Amino acid sequence: MITKTEVHNIMKYSCLIRRHILEMTLIAKSGHPGGSLSMTDIISTLYFYWLKIDPKKPLWEERDYFVLAKGHASPALYSAMAERGFFPVSYLKTLRQLGTGLQGHPDKRRLPGIEMSTGSLGQGLSIMVGISMGLKLDKKPNRVFGVLGDGECQEGQVWEAAMSAAHYNCSNLTIFIDKNNLQIDGTTDEIMSIDPIGKKFESFGWNVLTIDGHNILEIVSALEKAENETKKPTVIVANTVKGKGVSFMEHQLCFHGSPCTDEEFCIAEKELKNALGEITCQI
Amino acid sequence: MPDLAGTRDYFGKTLVELGNENPNIVVLDADLSSSTRTSMFRKAYPDRFFNAGIAEQNCIGMAAGLANLGKIVFASSFAMFITGRAWEQIRNSVSYAYLNVKIAATHAGITVGEDGASHQALEDIAIMRVIPEMRVLVPADAIEAGQMIRSAAEMPGPFYIRMSRGNTPLVFNSIEYQYEYGKSKVIREGEDVAIMATGIMVYLALEAANELQKENIKVSVVNISSIKPIDEETIIQVAKKTRAIVTAEEHSVFGGLGSAVAEVLCQHCPVPIEMLGIQGVFGESGKPDELLIKHHLTTEGIIDKVKKVLKRK
Repeated sequence: MITKTEVHNIMKYSCLIRRHILEMTLIAKSGHPGGSLSMTDIISTLYFYWLKIDPKKPLWEERDYFVLAKGHASPALYSAMAERGFFPVSYLKTLRQLGTGLQGHPDKRRLPGIEMSTGSLGQGLSIMVGISMGLKLDKKPNRVFGVLGDGECQEGQVWEAAMSAAHYNCSNLTIFIDKNNLQIDGTTDEIMSIDPIGKKFESFGWNVLTIDGHNILEIVSALEKAENETKKPTVIVANTVKGKGVSFMEHQLCFHGSPCTDEEFCIAEKELKNALGEITCQI
Repeated sequence: MPDLAGTRDYFGKTLVELGNENPNIVVLDADLSSSTRTSMFRKAYPDRFFNAGIAEQNCIGMAAGLANLGKIVFASSFAMFITGRAWEQIRNSVSYAYLNVKIAATHAGITVGEDGASHQALEDIAIMRVIPEMRVLVPADAIEAGQMIRSAAEMPGPFYIRMSRGNTPLVFNSIEYQYEYGKSKVIREGEDVAIMATGIMVYLALEAANELQKENIKVSVVNISSIKPIDEETIIQVAKKTRAIVTAEEHSVFGGLGSAVAEVLCQHCPVPIEMLGIQGVFGESGKPDELLIKHHLTTEGIIDKVKKVLKRK
């Protein structure tokens, strides 16, 4: 069982990561804060509680494999990696700059700890399935985790991969759908409905769990259930809010691919500082 | 009549040998394993064979995932579908990440025959060679195909290897021939003109050279089995000597071998070049030989181009 302190610790990191996301995209004057903020609580639970990883040994044989299929949310991943010790937090300021390891979308050849280069939506799940099949072939206990966007599920390849994950009994595979209901051109309902997404995965032979993607206890409990599943791959449909954690960014489409302004950053920073203060009191 | 053998058969056979030598070799196919001959590996090592079904994009993605784990991965299907349908997966999931995936395609070119244009890849060399890090190889015969597959398995990173459907004449002797990665070999010397050929056109180039000898035209024949990396040194050397080049390929004249040779020569040794290939059109149903004749991919077709280029010399 996860303790209260552990939950608060994860929440603390969520606050720190949210601040990093806003700051690094502000400095870069580009990037995708909205979808990074929506998956922040998932990434902090994974990086500060669940994943078996060692920042000193990114290629550790016994590690869990994490693939960020929705590569545009790289600011969330980079922030988690920095706080976890893969590289100095100060390096986050180099996001999207010439020569940086922090490419606009993750590049495994430029940044140790990135499991797989992603960015082109729809390709990540196939990679995860390949890793999962290879681990099973070698009879290794390592597990595979990933985060997909909800809009990303409009890509046909996701369903080819979903079919194969069930066919090859990839029970060592757990994915999150960061279901924030927004994509560049509008809501997923307007652009191309993906619902009922859970039922779709279920009919493809997956173990399906639906949670509040900002509730740490629910995230952890879903991960525990996924670990106990012995036949099917698991999808955790995480209902999230785009821009989560910053009042004026929540549910706002405009922050999908644009950073906030200097003034907005000041307001956001205060909000996040207050939130962090409340959490720290409880640790 | 020359001895015939299938590049795909030697590919399948070599895969089984490699599988026996190295437990790290895995093979994927997209529901065409009996045609591509990966079925031979499937039967020998069922645990290490994964069928993606009729889903080439996911096939390449899974191949990338397995390679990410340290496997040496062969992914196979028809040239049309594996390079065409899954082009972006090959670029972004395989080459960009520099993963150890060998895309071994069969049924390339017009000699697919009766299945017609939808199945005849005439653009695959072009679309594969523009991808950074990708190596593009075309064996001249089955002997070279086998050695090429073995070499690719021993080298890190992505490869595209283009093979045929039919049995094709043997150019090389299995005991004597030694494939060398990245090298184009001059397999016949002559100072008047050079034919630079790839794949099934190499044998025809040798035949054309023999015919031209009768007219006292001395022809060099170069087997360009490595389209990328291209052997600039050999190509420039031969061009300097002969000052006239014919390229011959069972592929579109746009973006294939002819273009690759021209890219080298226009910069380093500009000499007249005639390009023999498919003239930017779709194929159609027909017997492989009939289609080759229709598109002048024959000994006579090469001879015509040689005479044309000699006039420009």
